[in-house]
Amino acid sequence: MNPLMLTLRALLSHWQRHRVQCFSIFTGLWLATALWTGVQALNTQARSDYARASAVLAGPLQAQLVPREGERFDQALYLQLRQLGWPVAPVLEGRLRFAGEQPVSVRLVGIEPLSLPSTTAVAGVRAADFDLQAFIGTPGQAWVGPDTLRQLGKAVTDQAVSSEGQVLPPFVLKPELAPGVIVVDIGHAQALLQAPGRLSRLLLTGPVEPLPADIAAQLELQPPSDDGGLQRLTESFHLNLTALGLLAFVVGLFIAHAAIGLALEQRRNLIRSLRACGVSLHSLLFGLALELGLFAVLGGLAGVASGYGLAALLLPDFAASLRGLYGAQVGAALHLPAWWWLAGVLVSVLGALLAGVGSVLQAARLPLLALAQPQAWRLAQGRWLRRQRWLAVFLLLVMLGGWQLGQGLVSAFVTVAALLLASALVLPALLDGVLAWAARGRRRPLSQWFIADSRQQLPALSLALMALLLALAASVGVGSMTEGFRKTFVGWLDLRLAADLYVTPRDTAQGEQMYQWLQQQPAAKVVLPGWRVETRLQGWPVQVQGGVDHPAYRSRWPLLEQHAQAWQQLAQGKGVMLSEQLARRLGLGVGDTLALATDGAPPMTVVGVYADYGNPKGHVLVNADWLRKHWPQATLTGLSLDSAPANVPALKAALQQRFALDDSRVVEQSRLKGWSTDVFNRTFAATAALNSLTLGVAGVAMFINLLTLGQSRLGQLAPLWALGVRRRQLVWLSLGQTLMLSSLTVLLAIPVGVLLAWCLVAVVNVQAFGWRLPLYVFPAQLMQLAVLGILTSLLASAWPLWQLARRQPSDLLRQFADEK
Amino acid sequence: MKSSASVLLCLLLCGCDEPAPESFAGLGQQVSGFSQVTRDHPLVFPRDHGAHDGFRIEWWYVTANLKDSQGRDWGAQWTLFRSALRPGAETRDWNSPNLWMGHAALTGPGGHRSGETLARGGVGQAGVVAEPFRAWINDWSLQGHEGIAGLQMKAAGEGFRYDLSLRSDRPLVLHGSQGYSEKSGKGQASYYYSQPFYRVSGEVERDGQCIAVTGQAWLDREWSSQPLAAGQTGWDWFSLHLDSGAKLMLFQVRDTGGLPYRAGTWVSPQGEVVALRGDQIQLEALAWNRQEDGRAVPTRWRVRVVEYGVDVRADAVEPRAWMRTRFAYWEGPVRLQGRVGGRGYLEMTGY
Repeated sequence: MNPLMLTLRALLSHWQRHRVQCFSIFTGLWLATALWTGVQALNTQARSDYARASAVLAGPLQAQLVPREGERFDQALYLQLRQLGWPVAPVLEGRLRFAGEQPVSVRLVGIEPLSLPSTTAVAGVRAADFDLQAFIGTPGQAWVGPDTLRQLGKAVTDQAVSSEGQVLPPFVLKPELAPGVIVVDIGHAQALLQAPGRLSRLLLTGPVEPLPADIAAQLELQPPSDDGGLQRLTESFHLNLTALGLLAFVVGLFIAHAAIGLALEQRRNLIRSLRACGVSLHSLLFGLALELGLFAVLGGLAGVASGYGLAALLLPDFAASLRGLYGAQVGAALHLPAWWWLAGVLVSVLGALLAGVGSVLQAARLPLLALAQPQAWRLAQGRWLRRQRWLAVFLLLVMLGGWQLGQGLVSAFVTVAALLLASALVLPALLDGVLAWAARGRRRPLSQWFIADSRQQLPALSLALMALLLALAASVGVGSMTEGFRKTFVGWLDLRLAADLYVTPRDTAQGEQMYQWLQQQPAAKVVLPGWRVETRLQGWPVQVQGGVDHPAYRSRWPLLEQHAQAWQQLAQGKGVMLSEQLARRLGLGVGDTLALATDGAPPMTVVGVYADYGNPKGHVLVNADWLRKHWPQATLTGLSLDSAPANVPALKAALQQRFALDDSRVVEQSRLKGWSTDVFNRTFAATAALNSLTLGVAGVAMFINLLTLGQSRLGQLAPLWALGVRRRQLVWLSLGQTLMLSSLTVLLAIPVGVLLAWCLVAVVNVQAFGWRLPLYVFPAQLMQLAVLGILTSLLASAWPLWQLARRQPSDLLRQFADEK
Repeated sequence: MKSSASVLLCLLLCGCDEPAPESFAGLGQQVSGFSQVTRDHPLVFPRDHGAHDGFRIEWWYVTANLKDSQGRDWGAQWTLFRSALRPGAETRDWNSPNLWMGHAALTGPGGHRSGETLARGGVGQAGVVAEPFRAWINDWSLQGHEGIAGLQMKAAGEGFRYDLSLRSDRPLVLHGSQGYSEKSGKGQASYYYSQPFYRVSGEVERDGQCIAVTGQAWLDREWSSQPLAAGQTGWDWFSLHLDSGAKLMLFQVRDTGGLPYRAGTWVSPQGEVVALRGDQIQLEALAWNRQEDGRAVPTRWRVRVVEYGVDVRADAVEPRAWMRTRFAYWEGPVRLQGRVGGRGYLEMTGY
């Protein structure tokens, strides 16, 4: 047998004797890879679905012409441009609603395959390869993805009828089509959306030139980069998720690192013996590296497999979050490219390298004759501890810099990451300091030993404690933010959804009829019509809502900031109110002016800013009369009415019967609220799940560390036993040590967590979603997490302590015989 | 008989699972519900300059042989095809049964440029109006004056553009039997008339360089619902302006199963029109040229109509006049050499 094989066998024999250690390295790498790849799987799936959604028509890098006002324009403009030789392709888009137990609305996209460049692919079909006869003919085709069919509860052979009674062309299954989208010919789209002769936008398929003046007055060029697309909109959400995944990855690596370091420490004798037997340093290092690689590949494979499982488990909630927050459609099934699997294993290898390269290097420099001593190890750690402290100071400076000077989400995350890392790095030094301070004035030998031994354990435990700190702080931070958001959101929803019944008329004419009819109904106490126009402000999609001047409006529209007499100014058509997101995006505040109408009406003063959580579009509130005067295309999109609870069902039935409305058009407050809170709950379900997993990983880290430590602790405990301390007392002392260290860590985790929560609501949320939430601290939640943290560490130490309590005196005696 | 691209348009409609475009089987398909071409149907003008709802395919086809001030040969082609997805009248929305396809090319010293543009009927993006005559697709147009006695012809593509004025006061030429033109000897036919006497002046532009040109042009009008028989795979078509002032149209439809079907029309300098039978026409490919996509196409021919003293060699001005359209074919100007010289256009499909 060659020396390498011999070395390997000798090295691997260690794991046979220390199975827990072997398991902990594997677990560390496995968990790190699983959480990281799981998060990446979700992100990859979502991004590929966005790409599919934007590629429904064309490459994402395509300039387009969009109307300056409103959502649609006359197709005569398209013909005019075509006759001028412009290479444009028309698109009509809209929402098509389907009634049912759970009303569904999908994005209907009407395309014109002949004017698309022949190389443009729609749902994987090149424009040149279209079966035109089938697609544009009668009855035509409705292209649909499997996810959308499932959402509609239809089979491919079923005939679909919209809630307006429009019959769709027969379905054709296109697996490559983005979820939530139906593609039809533009002629069918105009009929289905009841928009004859209207278009939503024009794809520009050639070079960009200045538009002729008369057309430029109605259409504007939207460059490819300024697409307001999902990719950009959801970027922050994915960054959030990536950050959480990265945190879990780091925690997992901590476990692996701790276990690898300990294994090296325990194998010093073995390494010394191997070298003394003539094994070259080269072979030895190669053997160690090979061993590490084996761990990495096995951990990576297990991690990628469980990452996939985790992602599949979280995908429904995750998809619901994205749909609720951004209207982004993500499919319900994972389709991951081959590179994702490969990247997962590579990440594991990289992680193992990060976690283990220090140990291998240490082995390379190992003085052959130095005896392994825990105290020597502690002393060696002293230098590293000092370095850690300096690094922590540096990171704190980075954090302060990021907070004060930074802008944008990335700097917000840098701030948060620096805060977390700095607190983790400063933890061992802090604990050491606290213990040193506690040691002063101790006279009794056992209490002196108690503190001194805790300090000596610190280096070995510090990584696990850091992991616990990170996980706890993240839990406190994310938990406070989520709960705080829930509280704010529910309060806001209660105010906003104060009416008893919400009605969506089919069109403005029907809406006006309803309004008149409802005003004559004694059961309907307050009827508020809502007028609406969809437009763009600085390229950002915006909904302009016109409200009537009514006290009910004022009570339902809580303002974050306002001008004196804001509502009077709004009623007079002099003032405008903006949603918080839009105000931030446009850089406007109360007192600034905004030119909203394009017909020469004077700019209006911003008199108020209100919260509009969960709306991906900007929102503007103006007076209804003003809106109708300056935007003739404004439509009556909704009516809200108040009624005595007893009268609601009768009123609903009367409305449905008189105006032939289905359930999706007359909705009670409770149902609407139910939908909204459901969206919210699912929005943070994925985050919460990942967060608890991270905490779980930290628990495992703690457990494994204590377990490995417990095996080597016999040497320290045996002399105490020899001096007359009973085993039961030793167990209590050890428990006390663990409790003390973890309590101190938990104590530090709470302020760090609260600080993190502040960073999340005041910095990250503002950058990510455009809204700032008040910071809430929930003492009960903090207590719960603190207890959870301490329990985790107690649980982790239970097994080694139980073993210790059961140790035979002969085991303890043998410690002296072994010369350890 | 310049229907190649229209065949291809039919194939385009049938999707990619249909026979390969090389088979040119599309025009052999019998499609029910469309109007049929009949022998005793008189053509009426200006009505018949317009589109014929009810027929499956139709085209407006102009080829111009031009010269610049340095005596160099140029050729310009302007084509508009209409193809109906189903029988029925034109609508005023996207549900129109008609699809339109434009092909344009400019051939001259230094090469051949071609372009293609497509449009749906119904919404006004493309169409043909008989009176006052106007045919257009996107920014390409053929604008008539006094019926079609005058035409303004415009098109542009990648690296080329032209704007030409066409003028002729001579009568139209009806091919075959008063415009009823047989294509196979098995009953397949089309309505077919021409105006071969246009004089042309105007401007061509290539790679940003404008050049004044003059010359002569030939308009072809043809419509049908099933002009080819099954088994006919492609054709070679000639429209020749002889130096004597005579005009000659010849075509052969190649058949997988036997001899090609040939026919033609002789127009004397005085304007007398004589339909030619297949046995009066001899066509012989002399030299072949490989095109950019690898297909070999005959670009030198010997053309003989002995009864009318025609024995000429037709050489492509640009042997690689390949139309880089969705379904590619060869179309370009030719020079005639022999006892009588001249210029003309040659179209070859199905190679």
